[in-house]
Amino acid sequence: MTTVWAGIAIMVVGCFALKYAGLSVPPSVLQHPLTVRAVELIPAGLLGALIAVQVLADGSAVRVDARLLALGVAAVLLALRVPFLPMVVASALVAALVRQL
Amino acid sequence: MTTDRSIIVDSLGVGLATGAYGVSFGAISTASGLSVLQTCVVSLLVFTGASQFAFVGIVASGGNPLTGALTAVLLGSRNLFYGVSMAPRLDLDPAARLATAHFVIDESTAMGVTRETTRQARLGFYWTGISIFVLWNLTTFAGALAGDAIGDPRTYGLDAAVGAAFLGLLWPRLASWRGRLVALIGAAVAMGLVPLTTAGLPIVIGGAVAVLAGLLWRPVAA
Repeated sequence: MTTVWAGIAIMVVGCFALKYAGLSVPPSVLQHPLTVRAVELIPAGLLGALIAVQVLADGSAVRVDARLLALGVAAVLLALRVPFLPMVVASALVAALVRQL
Repeated sequence: MTTDRSIIVDSLGVGLATGAYGVSFGAISTASGLSVLQTCVVSLLVFTGASQFAFVGIVASGGNPLTGALTAVLLGSRNLFYGVSMAPRLDLDPAARLATAHFVIDESTAMGVTRETTRQARLGFYWTGISIFVLWNLTTFAGALAGDAIGDPRTYGLDAAVGAAFLGLLWPRLASWRGRLVALIGAAVAMGLVPLTTAGLPIVIGGAVAVLAGLLWRPVAA
């Protein structure tokens, strides 16, 4: 529990510092093309990795189960431009229903 | 000519739509093992959605919360660049910057950065940022209570909802080939590392390898 609080503290300080620094530093400091491109790619790389772990990992094993089907449903709904919240709820319901079978 | 009124109405619309996700964050967070208090503190003081989801996702999968925090801060790095693009448009003195920084997020930047005058940039930025902040925290609290009450999150598919939420956040970045490539490499490397490393590390390493690959990749001209 204490480690969770420590993690939260790091996140609070780190995330605020990034926001504040952005408003405060002279723009030229961060305009190196490589920096700009790397930062543009970070969310895609991390979110891809997060999805894989969230959907396929079970402890240290890789397991295919209702979560993967739910992710497929989410992808279809996103392609159909269904808004975020209904998409997430529908995806969760599919996983819940499959587990009832 | 965009009127002040239309900027405020649009900003509130974005605020309502985005602020409502807080319910999914709250429910997933308490279902992941965070307390209601921790969940609400995260939404109040971190206030940047993708980072918050990443942190609770990693804690839920048994990862070290410190690894979760590192991932969250890395995901928050884009706010640095949002700040850089908003600073000249908002034109703030140092005290105002300190009070404003917390509201630098995807949506407030999107609604502020395109305006032609400082006045309208501020209208779009603050109405969007503050309306999301208020609603996001209210819905987080409601979701946290719900997530706490339902017991095993798997019964309601809440563990699967995390993957869907991440995919929703990733979706706009899949429009380009480079975005798709980077996301796919991140996923593949992370999955390959799951049996080999402690929880949380596959995400950080997968993300890093993917960004490196994205930087090195040069599309072949057709």
